[in-house]
Amino acid sequence: MDVQAISPLVIFVAAITTNNILLTNFLGMCSFLAISNDLGSSLGLGAAVTFVSLCTAPLNWIVYHWLLVPFHLEYLQYIVFILVIAAFTQIVEMMIERLSTPLYLTLGIFLPLITVNCCIFGCALFLVIRGYTFLQSVAYGAGCGAGWALAIVALAGLRERMRKRSKVVPELEGPGIALILTGFMAMAFVGFSGIVRIN
Amino acid sequence: MSPAPLTPRQAFTRMLWEENPVLVQILGICSTLAVTNLVKNTLIMCVGLTLCTAFSALTISLLRDRIPRQVRMMVQVLIIAAWVIVLKIVLDAFLPEISRELGPYVGLIITNCIVMGRTEGFAMGNRPLTAFCDGLGAGVGYSLVLLVIAAVREPLGLGSFFGIPVLPSDWTRWNLMVIAPSGFFALATFIWVAKAFKGGTPRPAAPAGAKPAA
Repeated sequence: MDVQAISPLVIFVAAITTNNILLTNFLGMCSFLAISNDLGSSLGLGAAVTFVSLCTAPLNWIVYHWLLVPFHLEYLQYIVFILVIAAFTQIVEMMIERLSTPLYLTLGIFLPLITVNCCIFGCALFLVIRGYTFLQSVAYGAGCGAGWALAIVALAGLRERMRKRSKVVPELEGPGIALILTGFMAMAFVGFSGIVRIN
Repeated sequence: MSPAPLTPRQAFTRMLWEENPVLVQILGICSTLAVTNLVKNTLIMCVGLTLCTAFSALTISLLRDRIPRQVRMMVQVLIIAAWVIVLKIVLDAFLPEISRELGPYVGLIITNCIVMGRTEGFAMGNRPLTAFCDGLGAGVGYSLVLLVIAAVREPLGLGSFFGIPVLPSDWTRWNLMVIAPSGFFALATFIWVAKAFKGGTPRPAAPAGAKPAA
C-alpha cells in the first residue's frame, strides 16, 4: 500500500498502540527508566515529550523537505534534526520561564532532558525514512509523544503500586524489575497488532 | 580534577565489567536493543557505537580546554553527530544492505546516553589517550552485554546464529524472541545474573577520576 495514502488518524493511533515508539522500538529508554520512579514527574515529562515531539516533527519535516532536499544535503539530516530539537526545547524553556512559573516548575525542568531523548530524534528519523507527508508527520509526532507518555505513566503507576505491595529479589530491584514490567506491557501492546498496521 | 589519574589501560578495562555502562547505569540501550534479534546487525551496531564513542571522546578531550562551559553540551552533540555521519556514510558505502536494515538506528547513536555520558563525564576532564581508551572500553563493555542478548534471542527466535541455521529444522521457534518484549526480558535477566555475580553490591565506589556519567 502506498504510504502517502494512509490517513493521518490511522498513523496517530498506530504510533500510540501497535508501533509504540518505546515498547516496540526501545527509544527513549534512559529517561524512561530513570523518571518512572515517580508518577508526578512521569506525567510532567510525558506531557513535555508529547508537546515537543508534536512540534518538532513538522518542523523537521519542513527543514528536511524544503531545505535539505533541494540542496542535496540529506546526509546532514542528523546534525540538523538535533539542532532543530535543541533550539526548539531551548526556546520553549525560555518562554515558559517568562510566562508562567507554575508551568515552568512542572514542565520546564524536564525540557533540557528532552534534547537527547531518543524518542524525539527517532521520531524525526522515522518520518523521513517512511516518507510521510506533512500532515502524516504531525500525526506521527503527536502519536509518538502520546505513546511514550502513556508508557511512562503506566510504568510509573505500576512501580508505585509495586513498592507498596510486593517484595522484589534484591538483584532485580530498580531498573531490573522496571524492565520486566515494561516487557509485560510490551506484550500487552502486541495484542493491539490486529487493529492498525503501519510500517 | 583527580588525585591519581587513570592509566589508559585501567580506563579501558574497568569499563568492561565493574563500571559497565549497561549494568551499572542502564544507559544507552535505546539505539541497539531494537536490533538484538539478529546477531549480525547487533555486531555492526556495536562496532559502530564503540568507534563513535571512542573517537568522540578523543576529539572532545583534545578540544576540552577550548570548549566554553556554557555551550559544552551543544558542542559535544555536534562532535558526536559528525562522527555518526561519518559512520553512516561508511556503512552506506560498504554495507548498503545492512545500512538500510538498520534504518534510523545508526543515527540514533547520537542520542545514545553512553556516548554523551562518557564525553561529558570523562573526556571533558581527562587526557586524550585515556579518554579514547575509556570510550573504547565503554563501547566494548556495552557490546558484550548486547551481543549476549542477541546470541540468546536469535537462536531461540529464528533457530539461527549469524544467519546460519544452528538448531534442528523441527525446532519450534519462539516467536516471542523475535518481537520487542523479549528484549526487555533478556536485558532484565542479564542484569539479574550480573548483579548476582557481583555479589549484590549495587555499586562499588567509583575509582579516581571517574565521575558518574550524566
